[in-house]
Amino acid sequence: MKILVCISHVPDTTSKINFTENNTKFDPNGVQFIIGPYDDYALARAIELKESTGSTVTVLNVGTAETEPTIRKALAIGADDAIRVNAEPTDSFFVASQIAEHAKAGGYDLILMGRESIDYNSGAVHGIVGEMLGIPSVSPVMKLEVDGTKVKMAREIEGGKEYVEATLPLVAGCQEPIAEWKIPNMRGIMSAKTKPLKVVDAKAIDSGIKLQKFELPPPKGAVKMISADNVGELVTLLKNEAKVL
Amino acid sequence: MAILVFVEAAEGKVKSNSLEAVAYAKAMGGPVTAIALGSVDKAELEALGKYGAEKVLHAKDAKLDQGIIQAYASVLSKAMEDEKADVLVLANSSLGTPVAARVAAKTGAALASNVVDLPNTSSGFVVKKSIYTGKAFAYIELKSQKKVIAIRKNAAELKEVGGTATVTDYNPSLSDADFATKITSTEKATGEILLPEANIVVSGGRGMKGPEHWGLIEDLAKTLHAATGCSKPVSDMGWRPHHEHVGQTGVKVSPQLYVAVGISGAIQHLAGVNSSKCIVVINKDADAPFFKAADYGIVGDAFDVLPKLNEALKGAK
Repeated sequence: MKILVCISHVPDTTSKINFTENNTKFDPNGVQFIIGPYDDYALARAIELKESTGSTVTVLNVGTAETEPTIRKALAIGADDAIRVNAEPTDSFFVASQIAEHAKAGGYDLILMGRESIDYNSGAVHGIVGEMLGIPSVSPVMKLEVDGTKVKMAREIEGGKEYVEATLPLVAGCQEPIAEWKIPNMRGIMSAKTKPLKVVDAKAIDSGIKLQKFELPPPKGAVKMISADNVGELVTLLKNEAKVL
Repeated sequence: MAILVFVEAAEGKVKSNSLEAVAYAKAMGGPVTAIALGSVDKAELEALGKYGAEKVLHAKDAKLDQGIIQAYASVLSKAMEDEKADVLVLANSSLGTPVAARVAAKTGAALASNVVDLPNTSSGFVVKKSIYTGKAFAYIELKSQKKVIAIRKNAAELKEVGGTATVTDYNPSLSDADFATKITSTEKATGEILLPEANIVVSGGRGMKGPEHWGLIEDLAKTLHAATGCSKPVSDMGWRPHHEHVGQTGVKVSPQLYVAVGISGAIQHLAGVNSSKCIVVINKDADAPFFKAADYGIVGDAFDVLPKLNEALKGAK
């Protein structure tokens, strides 16, 4: 089986978000970048499938040269080779178009990625790729088993889950607990340095979307502390001040 | 500008998030047509008129009783074409969001999800969306003629404008490929208030000391008509099911009131709750970082505070 895992390169979940250039650019100053946490689950599941079924795993990232350490980390975790589509990942449609362009030629059986990237949170790339390739897309997937060409999945829904079956080829947007995150070992880190990482040019795409500006939420006012012996006061405040009861 | 709204239903009843989607479309100004798929009570669909839908298309095909992403995307794309709708509005959900992506790709529409406010159309068509898991917003211009907008809870006020919608059957032709995925079974909590749709959420963390103490959380939730949630460690340890995990890699909520009990307030948890209107934190550690993100705080033992708070709330009714 040929597996493609699409990863995003995003600020660490503990990062403070700031913008520059009049709130039109993300400020990477002091920010640590990681493989998107949901993509990391997809990658971990792909490596498990590689080990259990003898598959190959290719990692794809749409990003500029700064993302290469993130891609190398995916190789250290166990992917066989990688592709970087050289472009700023501006929106879901743009990124999905680049993935679909590559996937058409690649003949992948299974395309995995996170349910969403944690920067733009759109949760759309898997669906757009599926539509562009004319194959099913399922998300958010919390369990995925492959038996021949048959795929059995559990998809999280509000208040529970549903069990879904499909046949390959397929696109899945993944989330926990599909697999445990993998930490690269020393051997993985050493071998990742020599694994192939191909850089390709991006296709020109007009996605009909233009970013105007970013904005940070207004700062939170000071917390009002209430004595544990006077919970009635909290009820009054929720009713009359916050007006949420 | 004709607007189509995808209305989700569960057990024959329209979901509250979809009512907000109808209200959102009405507030945008165009004539509003809603569309529902599978078995839904007719009275429920007619009642969409209350929030501004003039017409409801009902694709009753029993095959659509299950939320198959591809099939739903095909029906909605066809309906957009048949109704000459420029905009599709739907609620962000486990079904709505993946369906929106395929509809956008099918119709060539510009897509925005996690939209938190009405569009600004004074110059172009600009939507505000939540990004970086609630830590920031982006203003995005949708330049294509066609648009797909997936809204978050509380993006529009649920205003009653009166009226009854006309319900008509809608039978688009669907191919086998639309049903390439099959849903074999569903496990779902019934009769509970669902976390992503709740106006009030009560969440517990490690400070609850074990799943056997969740009755305290559930009692308070019952009094408040709230959904119950939990922190990531609690779901990781199996104290509570995964669908109750609130946070960066779990459910993101935006209720009117979020009550956090025994949760320290790691930045990953805050990312899932920071668009709540009002946050109450109960923790015995006065230095818990969650207090900095709260509107109201009580330093105290959950096992002491929760029963007292529950009684006070009952008394206030």
